[in-house]
Amino acid sequence: MADKKIIRKSSLGELFKKIRSDGKRILAPVDRGGKILFEYVDSPGSIAPDYIQTTLSAKDTLLPRCEEMLRFRTEQKSVYLEESLNRPEPTLIFGVRPCDARSIAVLNAVYLINYTDDIYRQKIDTTTIVGVSCAKCDEYCFCTSVGGSPGDTAGSDMLLTQMDNDIYLAEILTDKGKAIAALAPELFAEGGDVDKNKHCADVPVRFDVKDLSKRLPGVFEDPVWIAQSLRCIGCGTCSYVCPACTCFDIQDETDGNRGVRLRCWDSCGFAQFTLHTSGHNPREVQSQRWRQRIMHKFSYQPDQLDVIGCVGCGRCSRTCPVDMNILQHITDILEVH
Amino acid sequence: MEEKSLYQPYLMRIAANIDETPDVKTFRLEFVKEDEGKSFSFKAGQFGEYSVFGEGESTFCIASSPTRSGYIECTFRKMGRVTKSLASREVGDIIGFRGPYGNIFPLDDWKGKSLLFVTGGIALPPLRCVIWNALDLRNNFKDITVVYGARTVRDLVYKHELEEWGKRGDVKLITTVDPGGETVEWKGEVGFVPTVLEKASPSSADTVALLCGPPIMIKLTLPILTKLGFSQDKIFTTLENRMKCGIGKCGRCNVGKYFVCKDGPVFTFAQVSQLPPEY
Repeated sequence: MADKKIIRKSSLGELFKKIRSDGKRILAPVDRGGKILFEYVDSPGSIAPDYIQTTLSAKDTLLPRCEEMLRFRTEQKSVYLEESLNRPEPTLIFGVRPCDARSIAVLNAVYLINYTDDIYRQKIDTTTIVGVSCAKCDEYCFCTSVGGSPGDTAGSDMLLTQMDNDIYLAEILTDKGKAIAALAPELFAEGGDVDKNKHCADVPVRFDVKDLSKRLPGVFEDPVWIAQSLRCIGCGTCSYVCPACTCFDIQDETDGNRGVRLRCWDSCGFAQFTLHTSGHNPREVQSQRWRQRIMHKFSYQPDQLDVIGCVGCGRCSRTCPVDMNILQHITDILEVH
Repeated sequence: MEEKSLYQPYLMRIAANIDETPDVKTFRLEFVKEDEGKSFSFKAGQFGEYSVFGEGESTFCIASSPTRSGYIECTFRKMGRVTKSLASREVGDIIGFRGPYGNIFPLDDWKGKSLLFVTGGIALPPLRCVIWNALDLRNNFKDITVVYGARTVRDLVYKHELEEWGKRGDVKLITTVDPGGETVEWKGEVGFVPTVLEKASPSSADTVALLCGPPIMIKLTLPILTKLGFSQDKIFTTLENRMKCGIGKCGRCNVGKYFVCKDGPVFTFAQVSQLPPEY
């Protein structure tokens, strides 16, 4: 059971100071010309006052767009591996929406199961997530269809739900959450025994995800994928804004005789993703690549890793330049007989 | 010894550099750090990520046998950025290797059985590993038959080893080249692998078949193996897809729900027949 307390919004400034003196940098949503982006802040005064969803998720704190995997130096016939400069910095991410917090389970499944990815492990170990429940949603939101909810605690170390103008319910969920509360116990008061649900948005359930997972293998050869992806331009935006997309490319970059091996975000929407050197491509047309995106998230990952690779944040639909809408497409897939 | 990061390669020194064909090379690689070489082990069928520092990584099987310790060998064709750069390396140069990755050919399960290898062109390397492994444990197996073809005599890889196998009394080796690919001195067969296999008609009794080759060869050879009495679960192959990480994380080599890197690369045709055509 989570420890439930209340904290005043006006106390957040004091809490942020304590977190900063504890050596953690704080990432929080900031309004940049209408785009809500995670940036480093020192005080809650910089936080965007009102937003439904951050424009981008905070995924790149745990899985940067481009990050160093190793560092090397070459000298004539010799190669020396050097100490990597990619070291995690203790970070607290404030204002993560419950859908995005939920995506950490997907990242953990991919990066920690089977082979443990130590680069990711170090980042997740030093990151604290303070979620903030959603009081509002839009037509793109569908967290409740994929197992989440606007007040879902999964993935957060502490979840705040705004009860009125100055009061947050603070659910202290993990040891990392407890450690934050312990920095300023005087700011966390009793009185948390309240019903948060009436303060959370009402996100209707739009489809049955178990039914979808069950039916997907059967529609693999259906022309529905072709119809849906005819307009897809393969830009990869859906992957880049997705908090649960984890695929990457590995590239070397050099400067003189020094170099780094980088891991960079990649997308199953790109033709090059699967292109063999011979020119053969197992997913040579866009419909096969679109099918891979849906199959991976809703069939393969549930089957192999016991997670749904989608958290219903709606970003892919909000940002798609050709207005592909994942909710509409899933609904249509479910109508294939 | 310090725990190695997941993506940190072993540093390997090129100990031998063999031109197999005009565009195919074999490297013998020795561990720069002796203790790493001593603790390294792998099994037939596994692969790795080979890298030229500054150019990137490329995926090939380990072409040498696990019975030969202290080194590994890889055979590759000059094709892309990494393999072209690799091909320009010389004996003594250092390259990277991560691995071993992937599943294995279940040789332990095949004790007492006969082995039939059917392969073409540059698909011999993954089977060469198994062939030497079986030859080094020769008493564990009954008949060993190798049917190997290439477009021309020039395109046959491991020419010296083919000669050696041909001389051994305990291997039946049939080599062939495509019609028109023969030379005046050529003593092997002339014809495509499926035709030559059908003519040789090896027994399927208590035999496991290993089939690796270009897609067209596989397509035409499978019906012949079936006709010879091999059921699909007795025919093994390796799948290849573009890979980056080699450990099921980078997300691109999947065939349906299986990653070739993690769940393969070794599959039986009984398994392959259940997979969507994404390879």
